[in-house]
Amino acid sequence: MSALAPTRPNIATLRTGIGGSSTAQIYMILILVLVVTWGLILATGGNLNITNTLVRSVALGIVAVGQTFVILGGSLDLSVAYQVSVTAVVASVLMDGNPNNIWFAVPAVLVIGAAIGAINGLVITAFHINAFIATLGTSLILRGALNATFDNYAGEVPDEFRALGYDGLLGIPYSVILLLAIVALGWFILRYTRFGHHLYAVGESDETARLSGVRSGRVLIVAHVLCSLTATLTGLFIISRLSAGAPWVGPDGDYDLESIAAVVLGGAALAGGRGGVLGTFAGVLILALLDNAFNQLQINTFLKDVVRGAIIIAAVAAYALRQRQDVR
Amino acid sequence: MTRSISLPAPLPRMFFIAIAAMLVISTMSITALAQDATPEAGGATSDSPFFSQEEYEAQLAQRDIEPEGPEDQPWIQAIEPEYADTSEYATEGPWDVCFSNAAVNNPWRAVGWTTMQAQVEVLQEEGVIGEFTVFDAEGDDNQQISDIESLLNEDCDILIVSPNTTAALTPAVETACEQLPVIVFDRGVETDCPVTFIHPIGGYAFGADGAEFLVEQVPEGGNVLALRILPGVDVLETRWAAADIAFQEAGINVIGEEFTEGDRANVQTIVTDYIAQYGDDIDGVWMDAGQDAVAVIEAFETLGLDVPPLTGEDQLDFLNAWADQDLTAVAPTYPNFQWRTPILAATMILAGEEVPSEWVLPQPLITEETRDQYLAEDVDMPPLHYALCGCEEFAEYPERWGGEAVE
Amino acid sequence: MSATAGNQSTRTMPVDSSGQRLGRAILGGAPIFVVLAILLVWISIENPNFTSPPIFLLFLRQAAPLMILAAGQLFVIISGEFDLSVGALVTTVVIVAARLIDGDPARTWPVIALLFVGGIVVGLANGLITTRLGVPSFITTLGTMLMLNGATLWWIGGTPRGDLPDNFRQWGRFGIDDFPWLGQLPYSVIILFVVTALGVWLLHGSTFGKQLFATGGNPRAAYLSGVNVPWVRTMAFVISAVSAVITGILLGGFTGVSPSAGDGLEFEAISAVVLGGAVLGGGRGALIPAIAGAMTLAALFTLLNLLGLPQPFRYTVQGVIIIAALGIAAFRTRKSR
Repeated sequence: MSALAPTRPNIATLRTGIGGSSTAQIYMILILVLVVTWGLILATGGNLNITNTLVRSVALGIVAVGQTFVILGGSLDLSVAYQVSVTAVVASVLMDGNPNNIWFAVPAVLVIGAAIGAINGLVITAFHINAFIATLGTSLILRGALNATFDNYAGEVPDEFRALGYDGLLGIPYSVILLLAIVALGWFILRYTRFGHHLYAVGESDETARLSGVRSGRVLIVAHVLCSLTATLTGLFIISRLSAGAPWVGPDGDYDLESIAAVVLGGAALAGGRGGVLGTFAGVLILALLDNAFNQLQINTFLKDVVRGAIIIAAVAAYALRQRQDVR
Repeated sequence: MTRSISLPAPLPRMFFIAIAAMLVISTMSITALAQDATPEAGGATSDSPFFSQEEYEAQLAQRDIEPEGPEDQPWIQAIEPEYADTSEYATEGPWDVCFSNAAVNNPWRAVGWTTMQAQVEVLQEEGVIGEFTVFDAEGDDNQQISDIESLLNEDCDILIVSPNTTAALTPAVETACEQLPVIVFDRGVETDCPVTFIHPIGGYAFGADGAEFLVEQVPEGGNVLALRILPGVDVLETRWAAADIAFQEAGINVIGEEFTEGDRANVQTIVTDYIAQYGDDIDGVWMDAGQDAVAVIEAFETLGLDVPPLTGEDQLDFLNAWADQDLTAVAPTYPNFQWRTPILAATMILAGEEVPSEWVLPQPLITEETRDQYLAEDVDMPPLHYALCGCEEFAEYPERWGGEAVE
Repeated sequence: MSATAGNQSTRTMPVDSSGQRLGRAILGGAPIFVVLAILLVWISIENPNFTSPPIFLLFLRQAAPLMILAAGQLFVIISGEFDLSVGALVTTVVIVAARLIDGDPARTWPVIALLFVGGIVVGLANGLITTRLGVPSFITTLGTMLMLNGATLWWIGGTPRGDLPDNFRQWGRFGIDDFPWLGQLPYSVIILFVVTALGVWLLHGSTFGKQLFATGGNPRAAYLSGVNVPWVRTMAFVISAVSAVITGILLGGFTGVSPSAGDGLEFEAISAVVLGGAVLGGGRGALIPAIAGAMTLAALFTLLNLLGLPQPFRYTVQGVIIIAALGIAAFRTRKSR
């Protein structure tokens, strides 16, 4: 589906152009947040914890890349948190502490992830069910099935697999390399493949895209499959950190709402058609920098949520304002 | 709008296939795996995967052992302590103490956290503790692992960990142990590397305390409703395992074992549903945590029924309702004062004083005879405050804990 | 939100007499009544006591908070928006009431008045940020949710302080005693009926209701025909917030002080509204079916208790029912085209 295609000027590329301006904006905000938080941390004699901050962004970062795809297409996925749990539990049980099992456990959870994504996409496109409620439904189904079957950490991850969570290359953790690779891949797909352009077109206007020959249903289904695959990868990363999977690891990380928040913080329009993986990456980094700053400055945890909420609203309001000015 | 139901074209068929496929994927595949996942039962008397016969018997015995240490300071008492030498950690103060907290997401943790801060401030004023650095993991295992890694970059003389879950935090604690002395409290970890692991007797004792009381009160063959918060939490699973054994041995009929998710509305709903079904044939209610015991009392009250014998905890709304309405009840406790112990242990370890390697704190059972001593008449505390907070001697008491003095 | 929702919301607005419209208010989402009836009958078979008026009223009493919350959420959904902040607002109401009243019955009424003012402020903030600053309501109310949760927990230091006196708690707990035939008539059931009647009038009988449907159905057309679209949407958020305050007062009364009173209620309310036939994206929905949707969720919980099924299955069943109901509805609208 996402076969390479030479870029050709169409509505979609024009849109990515506009997306670029808000990407610049989000990186300016990122630099601002970076300067302010690091300034405060250094002034109070704290640690910048750069590697640690990056590792903290991996779980959310990977799934947020996938969430960017569905949001660009005008959809969203509230079931990613429980998909993370499904992956974590199933992969951990299949591996069962034996390194020889990794080779089939990983493909198995990727297939399960792709299947859940395909079902989400199918339910949304074929039956015209709003993505919010369709994926909320999927989420409830997965939650019930998981909690009815597992009540604790299950299975075990072999040491070889834990390397993903704890080891690195030349001082850079493998997990950070994985995150960067996925961000790069996501950027590449959106920018240089026909699927990417079609996705922008579908998100911009389903009707127009269809009239210009885009099979919008298929495009959205593929976006959902890709999103679920990133949730699967997040699940795999998490068990490499936790050594096993439990049904609560996804919802405890709030990956559903936080990934959506990171995507819109990164400048994507929730209605679709505008945004990009690079913006999302910046959004994830902003949230991670704030976490680190709150820790280093020893600010009350409860205030963290207040600041998160305010920043998300303020950033999206700023984009909206900017866009209206562009239009005028 | 309504029309005869002609059997649907491809569309709905695909739809039901989609639903069916979703169910197959979620339920079937996971259920199939579950059998691998469930470990062998540990003992003959409970088939809970969390059950350990040895630990169960040890805890039941510890209830009758007189703890060592000053009686008026239960937070530094210890049951059958085996002391660990800590001279290798001795340094000059003031010491910088670091704490990785699982979360402050329920009243028990909030009250304990307030007490711990008060304890730290007293020691800071005395010049014993320098910096106190706290990272809060907001109830997320992955975040707590990163928190512990971050804290290892701080200038900590000692690290206190209250693990969010037992298994997941073990490797992070092991890594920390290589760098500095570590104290673990509340939930444990699966390693002996911490200098001390501080906890009250434990879940089996808690569960058995309540169940044994009900066994006395409820006739043989009587009906008991068991209310639990969540499955899968080790400290709660052990409570139920012990109660289950007691009920089985006494021939008590457990009419329901329901999960409330710690939501009082759910508790009321569940109890009301059971009353609707069993009427006044509910002879007792057992709870794995008393935080919502008052909701049980109110559900009976609302229907004008007598409240059957029940178990609660040392939360003040329950103790007050018990006293005011003259109920038949007991309150097992999971003492909140344990939040003071790790701070005191930290100063002992860094001073090179020996500490119990497993620091088992007393776990009083509040009965009708002892209840009133926990209901101080000179202060008015919030309903969700814990009587065993161990916080009464601090200067900011009762205001800092949300209470006020009564004339 | 999705491209597909836009597809449905552009369907023509109903133009008909108020009698027909009222009829639709009651029968608009007929499938949910079938599901609800099946569940209620099933419960009565499992537990014959359920049909006795006092026991049924107890069921209604515990379902009332969610039903009222769903009624409020419906206004926002019809206007084409979401309100994710209601769960946090319910918790805020319980916590703030306990701390400010602090067990003193004399303060109950002033504090209740203050709670309504606070709720209206939250609703206005949601509405104005959404309409004036152009922030999608999903994000606005997600932000409000985070801020309300964080701010209240910070204010009380993590555990509720103060206490709720009986004259506050009575609304969710007690009722009129010795009511003929019914036994005790819970106040919350009376409040539920009042809210329902007001809601039906506002949604299906008033000019505002017409404007709301027009706004959600086709904002541009509504604007061109003179509807103040931002104002209508903002009022929808205010109505939702006020319903959350009422829910908070009833739930606080029903359960007493609890730091998790409103957890997850936003998704339950939205599910209930959707089960009642409302369309996310706006323009379609009806009050009585939305309330029936909420009652269905409550009945499901009770039934699974009675059947002794593992509780987590409640979520699975709930998810399947939601998707199935929507799938069937989508199929029916296709056929009726």
